[in-house]
Formats: sequence, C-alpha cells, structure tokens
Amino acid sequence: MATQSQKAFFNQLKKYYSFYTGGFVAFVVLLAIAEKLGLPRVWIGYIFLFATIGLYAGIGIMSRTADIAEYYVAGRRVPALFNGMATGADWMSAASFIGMAGGLYLQGYDGLAFIMGWTGGYVLVALFLAPYLRKFGQFTIPDFLGARYGGNIPRFIGVFAAILCSFTYVVAQIYGVGVITSRFTGVEFGVGVFLGLAGILVCSFLGGMRAVTWTQVAQYIILIIAYMIPVVALSMKHTGVPVPQIVYGTVLEKLDKRTVELQKDAKELEVRNIFKDRGAKLNEQVKGLPASFEEQKAAVAKKLDDLKAANAPANEIKAAEKAIADFPKSVDEARAKWTAGARGDTARAAAPFIHSEPFFGATEQVRDNKRKNFLALIFCLMVGTAALPHILMRYYTTPSVDEARKSVFWSLFFIFLLYFTAPALAVLVKYEVYTNLVGTKFADLPAWVASWQKVDPSLLNIRDVNGDGIVQLAEIVIGQDIIVLATPEIAGLPYVISGLVAAGGLAAALSTADGLLLTIANALSHDVYYKMIDPHASTQRRVTISKILLLGVALVAAYVTSLKPGDILFLVGAAFSLAAAAFFPALVLGVFWKRATKWGAIAGMVLGLGITMYYMYTRYPFFGVNAPLWWDIAPISSGLWGVPLGIITIIVVSLLTPQPSREMQELVEHVRYPHLRGDIDTQGT
Amino acid sequence: MAIQLTAKHQEYWSKNLTITAILLVIWFVVTFVIGYFAVELNNIRFFGWPLPFYMGAQGSLIIYVLIIWYYARYMNRLDKQYDVAEGDE
Repeated sequence: MATQSQKAFFNQLKKYYSFYTGGFVAFVVLLAIAEKLGLPRVWIGYIFLFATIGLYAGIGIMSRTADIAEYYVAGRRVPALFNGMATGADWMSAASFIGMAGGLYLQGYDGLAFIMGWTGGYVLVALFLAPYLRKFGQFTIPDFLGARYGGNIPRFIGVFAAILCSFTYVVAQIYGVGVITSRFTGVEFGVGVFLGLAGILVCSFLGGMRAVTWTQVAQYIILIIAYMIPVVALSMKHTGVPVPQIVYGTVLEKLDKRTVELQKDAKELEVRNIFKDRGAKLNEQVKGLPASFEEQKAAVAKKLDDLKAANAPANEIKAAEKAIADFPKSVDEARAKWTAGARGDTARAAAPFIHSEPFFGATEQVRDNKRKNFLALIFCLMVGTAALPHILMRYYTTPSVDEARKSVFWSLFFIFLLYFTAPALAVLVKYEVYTNLVGTKFADLPAWVASWQKVDPSLLNIRDVNGDGIVQLAEIVIGQDIIVLATPEIAGLPYVISGLVAAGGLAAALSTADGLLLTIANALSHDVYYKMIDPHASTQRRVTISKILLLGVALVAAYVTSLKPGDILFLVGAAFSLAAAAFFPALVLGVFWKRATKWGAIAGMVLGLGITMYYMYTRYPFFGVNAPLWWDIAPISSGLWGVPLGIITIIVVSLLTPQPSREMQELVEHVRYPHLRGDIDTQGT
Repeated sequence: MAIQLTAKHQEYWSKNLTITAILLVIWFVVTFVIGYFAVELNNIRFFGWPLPFYMGAQGSLIIYVLIIWYYARYMNRLDKQYDVAEGDE
C-alpha cells in the first residue's frame, strides 16, 4: 500500500517538474524573443530576479506546514531521485557555480583538488553515513550524537560545531546573493541582500524542510540549465562538438602547446621584465624605509611640478595628482602597500604555467609542498563533505534505507554533471584568452572585455604595459568569477543567457543558504530548546519556536553580510576542516565500533575540533599570529590534524572507560540493519 | 523484546564490511595514489588528456559515481537475501 502511494507520488512529482522545466525553457525563449524586439538589458535582469524569487516563494507558500515531521524532514517521503537533486542544489553554492571554473583557470591541475574533494566525499557519505543515519531516523545530526553517546554533552558539542561551520558558510551565500543581484540589476548591495533574504525566508519559514526540498529541486533545474548552455555554445565555437566534456582533451593539448610558446615569446618576456623591475624597485623602497618614505614622497611631488612646468597633457597631470593623493600616509602604511605591490608585481613577472602539469614549481621542494597540500586538501574536503550537517540531514528525508542509498547515488550524479563540466569550461575559456585575446590590438578589443573591465577592474584588467598597442598575456589580470559570468558573451550568446547565468548563480546561493539556515535554526530549536530546555513542549510550540529562531538567525546572518565582511569569506573553506574534525570520527565510529563510549566521543570531538581551530587561529594570516606551519600544511587543511587526532582519542579514551550500556549497543545494532525482528524504534515523530 | 542477532545477521554485517572495505580501497587508489604519482604518470596520454589531469577532472568522478551506484545495488540485494529489508511500513 505504502509503496503504491509512494509510486503515485513519484509520478506526480515527475509530471510537475517536467511541466516546470518546460515552462522555464519557454520563459527563457520568450525573453530571448523580447530581447530581439528591443527589451532593454536592465529589464531582463529584473525579470529574471523577480520571476525566480517569486517562483521560489510560490513553492514555499504551497508547501507551508505546521506538522513537525514535515517541517523538519519533509515527511520522510522524498524519493531518491528528487532528494538527489535537492542535495545537489543544497551542496552547490555560489562558489561552486561562479567561482570554481575560475579557480581551475587560475590553478590548472592543482585546482582539481576541489573537484575531487567535493565529489569523492560522497563515497564516504554513501559507505559510512547515509544508510545508518536514515535508519536512525531522527531530525538533526546532534540527535544522533545525543542518542548514540547519551547525555547532553555530545549533543551540545554537535550543536556548537554545526553552528560554527554553517554560519560563515551562510554569510558567504548571502554575500553571493548580494553581489549577483546588484551586478545584474543595479540595485544596491544591501537591497540585493534583503531581496534574496526575502526569497529564502518565505520558503523556509513557511514550510521548513518540506518547502526547502521542493524549492531546491526547482533551483537545481535552473542552475544546471544555466551552467550548461554557455559551455555547450563555447564548445561548439572551438571544437564543433556540443559535448565539451568529451572533446576538450584536444583543446587542452593545444592550450599546453600555446603556453609553451608564450613562455618564450619575446614580447611576453619584455612585459614580464617590466614587472620584475617594478617589483625589485618596490622591494628596494621597502628595505630603504623609513628614509625612502620621504624620498618617494618628494619624488611624487616633483613629478607633478615637472609636468606642470612642461605643460604636459591634462590626463598626465591628473594621474600625477592621483599618485600624490594615493601616497601612503605613514611609514607603516607605505611598508604594507609597497610589500603587497612588490608581491603582486613579482607574481606577474612569472611565466605562465602549463595547465595540465601537476604541481608546477621551480624547485623540487616547491613541487613537493604543492603535492602534499594537494592531497591534504582533498582529504579535508572529502571528509568535510561527509560531515557537513546540512548535507547529512538530507538523508533523513527519504522514505527508507534502500532509498537513502540510492539517493546518495543520485546526489553525486547531479553534482557530477556540473563538476565534470567546470574543468572543461576553464580550459575552453583559457584557450580563448591565450589564442584570441592575446595578440589582439588594443584598438579592437572584443566587446566583452571592454564591458567587464568597466563593471569591475578586479574581474578583468588589461593595460598596455609595454606600450606596443598589442595585448600580451602578462598584461592581463583576470579574476576568478569572470570565467563563468562572461562565458555567454565570449561564446557570442544573447544577453538573455547572461541573465540566465545570473539566475543560476542566484539559485545556487539561495538553495545552499536555505539548507544552512534550516540547519542552524533546527540545531537551536530542536537540540537546544526541545531536547535540553523543555522536553515537554508541544509539537505546535516546537514548530513555532523553530520558525522564530529561523527568522532571528536569518536576520543576524543578513546583518553580518551587509557589513561586507569580504575578509572573513576565506573561512568558508575552513568549514570543511571544522566539520570533518568535529563530526566524522564520532559519527563513523558510533556506527562501526560498538565499544565507542560517551567520554571517548566527547574527548575525541573536543580535541579534534580544538586542534583544528587552534591551527587555523595561529596560522591564518587574518588572525595575525602567523606561527610556522607544521609539515608545510596550509591552514585550510587543518582537518588533517583534527581528524586523526579525533579518531585516536575516541579509541584510546573509549578503551579506558567502561563499555557502553546494553541499550546503547542495541542502538548500534539497530542502525546497522535496515530491518530486524524485535527491533527498537528510534524514528522521531 | 530484545534484538535477536543470529549467525545470519553477523554474516550480513561482515559482508557489508567487506564490500565497504573493497570500495574504499578503490576510492583511495583513484584519489590518493594517482594524485601522489601525478608527476610520474603525466606522460601517459588518455584521448588527448594527460592521465592525471583526466582522472582529476573526470575519471575519478565517474568512478565515485559508479562506486556509490554499485554499493546501493549490492546492499539493497543483500538486504533482501538476508531478510533484513524494510517491508511496507
């Protein structure tokens, strides 16, 4: 009976989402026609923004609920395929959608750590966690820690860690929403943030996990369409084949050959030498401080006087005046500014690297360091993936253990579609830049270069450094976000597709933000309020408290975002190491080792998380401690210390403490078998 | 009624552990072993791609998807075979 209705439900969903996809495609086609008929660009931006946010809000309103199982776990009836899509959208953030291809462009082979790390982690989810968590079947990840190890301490550490790794992550998503909306519609950043927030809240506030799930499926469909269209078009342009993932190997080969040419090109060398000299000069100035401060100040002033005396053109005088205005105010400021400038110039003096070559570097030691960090980063991203609460939570929503296993497959399949396309996109765009853009006359730069240079010089900046009127590779500075954003224009597609890409980026950011906010709010309302403060609260009250907390957390996150905390966004990468160290050892040993005890888990989580946080705090330049690295491992991979320490601690302390109670061991048996006779029931209601 | 585990249940669990270990070894090799020897393997070509780049950008990912697909299929069959599958509830 249940299977029958589940099947009907699945077919119904399939019908709805097919109609929806068709409707969305028709909507884009209509807009394209409207563009041909003269619809202004800014309108296209607005239409995409309001249509998609309105759509998500609509799904949210239709899925509104006050039922506790619906609110927390979407009624546990989300079919594997749809849970896979929802997980895909939940997983892929603004950074995956917009930044990843750009990161690959800039880093070549070494950037693939993100591609492997963010997909291979699902193998761990499938083998170690998803089926067992589904069998356990409560509402949150701290729930499992609380039940398996007993008492409020493991649960509380879980809540703390869940909030710690979700909060900066959600700030980064809301930040992404603000950037995308302000860039494509011209509204102010703050307005963009609150518009996006409205979209997130209408959805999750009214319907919790249920609304978020069905919205995420819709968002996945938009984001994958938006990602594919420009890449396919670009692939057609360069290879004549519309399946970039299969054919870009030949483009990569040509790109590597072209890079070797550019490494030796005389004009390129000329430009690189100019940067080398500039860097050397700045380094001299830094060494000469504090005396050089006054010397340079005088030199800048003298230049203006000379120009004025010689009756130089107005723009040169203006530039000299600007140099005086921008001159550092103090010796310390000069030191910081010149050191940074020297570093930048020296970096630009480096020859381009071969895209496909692993761990490029001048010396054996540099290469060895890169390899070590490459593998360490993959490890942390993978284990972190298998420990992020907002992802693991999704496997509570499937109807059965069997569906949970299949659902991990669908999750990775849908994520894979985007992740195996990103390296292709990076290679295609890089080839375009290296062959078509390099060598163009400054007088006839393509339109997309001019327009993006105007939007944001940090995204794209080309200056004729050696004054020969021709673009050299060393004269191009490219920001990572532009790769995805400018692809439609590079491929010669209409502006509608640029709007679509923006809508895709927005969908990626909103869907991830939804999942994260829900995780934080649920940890507070379910684990802290219901489980620790008031275990007798009625279900009605629990849902109400959840909704109030969700609103509160969202407002705090939006407020933090509106301060534009650009300098804390690096912490997003840190979330993976934190989650890995806090959750992975305790969750996995909890299922696979009956002997793991409460105090073992507590000690393991505290020490694992502790050493990870300590390493980050003392090594990230942001905090200003800058202690020497251990074994040259970058702070983003601090989970490399936390995860093993957590595992060892749990084992040692567990063996030193009395073995877990009969009840606890039965719980472990219970989660290991999808169905047992005489089984206990842990499912939360 | 307490949970009653029979020898058959133990066998189910040890089969689960075996397949988990095998798949984990495959996962480890395509990720870390190939990653570690990337420089040495860089001269091998695979349809135009250098092998390590291909694996990092596509090959390993396909293997991850297949690992998860196979595990789901294997375990869902094992559940039925050992009579621990969930019925219609």
